[in-house]
Amino acid sequence: MEYVIEMLNITKQFGNFRANDNITLQLKKGEIHALLGENGAGKSTLMNVLFGLYQPEEGEIRVNGKKVNVTSPNVANDLGIGMVHQHFMLVENLTVTENIILGSEPKKMGVVNSKDAAKKVAELSKLYGLNVDPYAKIEDISVGMQQRVEILKSLYRGANILIFDEPTASLTPQEIQELIGIMKKLITEGKSIILITHKLQEIMDVSDRVTVIRKGQGIGTVVTSETNPEELATLMVGRQVTFKTEKGPSHPQEEVLKIENLVVLDYRGIEKVRGLNLSVRKGEIVGLAGIDGNGQSELIEAITGLRKVKSGKITINSKDVTGLKPRKITEAGMGHIPQDRHKHGLVLDFSVGYNAALQEYYQLPYSKNGIMNYDAITEKANQIIEEFDVRTQGEHELARALSGGNQQKLIIGREVSRDPDLLIAALPTRGLDVGAIEFIHKRLIEQRDKGKAVFLISFELDEVMNVSDRIAVIHDGQIVDTVIPSETNEQELGLLMAGHSKEEKEQHAMKEGADRDV
Amino acid sequence: MSNRVINILVPAISIILGLLVGAAVMLFSGYDPVAGYIALWNGIFGDSYAIGETIRQISPYILAGLAVAFAFRTGLFNIGVEGQLMVGWFAAVYVGSTFELPMYIHLPFSLLAAAVAGALWGLVPGILKAALRVHEVIVTIMMNYIALHVVNALIKTVSGGSYKTDRIQPTASLRSDFLSNLTDYSTLHYGIFVALIMAVVMWFILEKTKTGFELKSVGFNENASQYAGMNVNKNIILSMVISGAFAGLGGAMEGLGTFGSMTNQAGFTGIGFDGIAVALLGANSPLGVIFGASLFGSLKYGANNMPNAANIPLEIVSIVIALIIFFVACGYIIRVGLQRLNKKKEAK
Amino acid sequence: MSFLEVLYFMVPTSIAYAAPLILTAIGGVFSERSGVVNIGLEGLMVMGAFIGIVFNLAYADVFGGWTPWIALLVAMLVSAIFSIMHAVASVSFRADQVVSGVAINMLGIAIALFSVKMIFGKGQTDFIQHKIPRVNIPILQDIPFIGPMLFKSVYGTSVMAILIAVIAWFVIYKTPFGLRLRSVGEHPMAADTMGINVAKIRYTAVILSGGLAGIGGAIYSQTMTGDFGHATINGQGFMALAAMIFGKWHPIGAMGAALFFGFAQALAISAGSIDIDFIQKIPSVYFHILPYVLTILALAGFIGKANAPKASGVPYIKGSR
Repeated sequence: MEYVIEMLNITKQFGNFRANDNITLQLKKGEIHALLGENGAGKSTLMNVLFGLYQPEEGEIRVNGKKVNVTSPNVANDLGIGMVHQHFMLVENLTVTENIILGSEPKKMGVVNSKDAAKKVAELSKLYGLNVDPYAKIEDISVGMQQRVEILKSLYRGANILIFDEPTASLTPQEIQELIGIMKKLITEGKSIILITHKLQEIMDVSDRVTVIRKGQGIGTVVTSETNPEELATLMVGRQVTFKTEKGPSHPQEEVLKIENLVVLDYRGIEKVRGLNLSVRKGEIVGLAGIDGNGQSELIEAITGLRKVKSGKITINSKDVTGLKPRKITEAGMGHIPQDRHKHGLVLDFSVGYNAALQEYYQLPYSKNGIMNYDAITEKANQIIEEFDVRTQGEHELARALSGGNQQKLIIGREVSRDPDLLIAALPTRGLDVGAIEFIHKRLIEQRDKGKAVFLISFELDEVMNVSDRIAVIHDGQIVDTVIPSETNEQELGLLMAGHSKEEKEQHAMKEGADRDV
Repeated sequence: MSNRVINILVPAISIILGLLVGAAVMLFSGYDPVAGYIALWNGIFGDSYAIGETIRQISPYILAGLAVAFAFRTGLFNIGVEGQLMVGWFAAVYVGSTFELPMYIHLPFSLLAAAVAGALWGLVPGILKAALRVHEVIVTIMMNYIALHVVNALIKTVSGGSYKTDRIQPTASLRSDFLSNLTDYSTLHYGIFVALIMAVVMWFILEKTKTGFELKSVGFNENASQYAGMNVNKNIILSMVISGAFAGLGGAMEGLGTFGSMTNQAGFTGIGFDGIAVALLGANSPLGVIFGASLFGSLKYGANNMPNAANIPLEIVSIVIALIIFFVACGYIIRVGLQRLNKKKEAK
Repeated sequence: MSFLEVLYFMVPTSIAYAAPLILTAIGGVFSERSGVVNIGLEGLMVMGAFIGIVFNLAYADVFGGWTPWIALLVAMLVSAIFSIMHAVASVSFRADQVVSGVAINMLGIAIALFSVKMIFGKGQTDFIQHKIPRVNIPILQDIPFIGPMLFKSVYGTSVMAILIAVIAWFVIYKTPFGLRLRSVGEHPMAADTMGINVAKIRYTAVILSGGLAGIGGAIYSQTMTGDFGHATINGQGFMALAAMIFGKWHPIGAMGAALFFGFAQALAISAGSIDIDFIQKIPSVYFHILPYVLTILALAGFIGKANAPKASGVPYIKGSR
């Protein structure tokens, strides 16, 4: 069989840490080859080695059977390897064309000849059905189009092998469908694709073969049609994974959080939450399902007091907390696991102990008459460390030094230990490994069983389906529907998330049936 | 080597490198570096008079260093210490010379005036940063020049067109016959105690108080601090105000202690900029600042002996100080070097 | 002076003051556009001013009328070399760029004064014999009104500064180097993945800023003061930094801001002699602080929005997100 890319026994070391340990990956011509692994398993490192951003300590790379030394992205480009980065590598205040020609600018007497370049970009865009405006500025175009610009960058340089790094992370379902179409089109035009992902369904949908890596080590390569999601999950994690989270039935009581006709603007002054209504009751977990960017961040920030409310009303335990300062809302009985633990959740350069006291440092016993009592803080920190299994060298260690999972445990410990009536958990498991995810899900359910109201925001459908007692679907700043997990499925949620109302959804189903009949 | 040792070694190596390169410059310029450094040493410790003057020189350096360090600890870069120091100097001299009050009121009042003036000069960049997210570095640089021109204009105004203010009343003076006699009639004054007390004040605010906890938290991570219910804007402004107050007191050292008046300033005193070096060298801790200020204050004063004793221009010390700052700024690479060295040792 | 005489005096004086600011500010534009904050402009200007005077004094006999021009070149070279220090610290050693800039400022004045004392045995140099000459531009000077204002007895260096501003605009917005420069200052990792050598672009930009600030300093000392001492530059570099910000990191904008600041300086020195009542009544301190106050206002957003390059001041570390 002919391989276009062979990465043989690659080892990449950072200090004492082996990010890649003897990994082999072989890409056939014309296939979509998935690279599967948990967060931090070493997928990105491996691809950065292929793309010339890192140099491996051991192993060799062959392109079309010939051994090569990929010493820089330039070399990768010359070898026909292109990368579509997860965090788009686009300069926001430059145009599409300028971004694409950057580094290999066509010149006319020393001046950048962007006219010819724009023409070529337009041609490529047409050939692959990418629908990109060559003259648009990056900051003015949608996320989906930005991704297509990323693809064009590689195509413009004549790439035959395209690496897609977690390409669906920030896309809407329609955009994901479009992307899958584009990938298949690329294959028919003779390209080969490596798809980096940790989403099993995606792999089942588009890939031909899968290479699995775990904790930096290559586990093996399987043919997609001969495997199933359960087997892939086991390979990825290294043990049997239960997809269903164990939990009993919920016993919801009175409303704790109630949101009425809420309107919130984003930083540009655009309405992102548009007349939203929602309630969360004692003893239930309400999951908020939706695609990133539909107003979730603005909603949480408004509830927690981090963002101004334009109009509408938010109550916690019947107390009106609309527009109050964060501290007042916290004191009204709210705990908040923020979506970005590095940005909002922790002061990374503070010790574990200081972080444990971050919400209560101004109260007794942690301070009195403006003077801190650090002994009380130490005590509290040790309590959280023990109770929530935070793996640390001690409360003096900087929060920065903790792993992501342990940082999250520290935050959850801090919030839960205050015994709030309402717990808001925003993307609580993002970027964590399976063990930590399970731990966190258990803790959320435990809070529910203690009679707390839990509001879970997630972009992962699996998580929402498994943990929630009710699912509210947000689209374009409004709750389009509320469903019960056992009475719905991913397809239905997907449609709701894309903004189809219940009626439309039924029509859609009928239309699909009709299409099939034709 | 532990991190702690490395943290101490980095500034130590910077100082040694600075002195070595300074020696190379002297050698290259045809001077005798050994004679130069001996002259420097004698300029600092040669006799009790020199020691007195050296300590006198250290006082404003401590306060300038505290000002920079305090802002740094709370996430702000105050390059405006120079300007804050100048307005503090002027305010102290103005209050010290215009009013007639008993000493126990007049001296604290004059010191307070200096602190308030410096604080006000820090308030402007503080408010701009808090309310409009304007970067404090550029604003404080601009405020330095505004201070320079405004203070000179004020000197002219209050002195009725002269280039120099009146002398302060003895009741506002930090001068001390006791300290002066002790050090062979040097100009050593009580300012050093003010400076040391302020170092304790800084330590207390940052390490013991709730305000300090908030200031540090905001300095490290504004978003998380807001999340935790702190008033981020208030803390940013407060930080610049406290920093400015330290700097203003630094000016009072010159106004109420060393000179007793203020003359038209052709350029900056340099103390504010040296304060950056002091703070960096002292790793922004109060104790470190005292150490850094002692070093730079000594170098600055001791340099005066170099032209006479070794016939070397005293600017060589400014070169050495600038180099030390440069090497401290490059601390990352020194750190990497030390860690490599460490590893090699372990391997053996 | 009558109003027309005032104009004929003020406009060329403003432009003369502006020329060093224009060049230095454009140096700043290059550096900051590449993502390196350069508050060391002052020190680089000091170095240029010092080298300009010393070279002029030493080689006046050899080069005669050409001396000041060659002195500009030499000053450019020396300041460019001096700026490598800042480049190494900022780009390769991941130093705090503001601190490194402060060190450059202190080092510049210290080296210059040390050398002056060593060479001349006193605090300032002798006066140069060959200042940069003022010239009348043929034909253009005969245009009524505009001629005497803009083209009579102007410094060649002023014309040069304006030309360089236009060239800088062309380089930054029309050439491949400019595109790369802007991308490196906004999103260095994006540039890196496109095969652009981030470090090389940043070194180039910082060294360019050093060279331009060197010329700026040498123009100032060879037109305004004629000698070099501790107060020769005294803040011109920081004013250039202000002009760069006020000009929104754009070469033509920086030129405009520098011209305006030049005007403010010209007013500050000559307001007393201008026979216009309300100008005479304004204390000169207001003209002195005007550029700085305006810059603060500009930053505060009262005069349009000023956006610094996104990656400015951030060392680029490969592999970190």
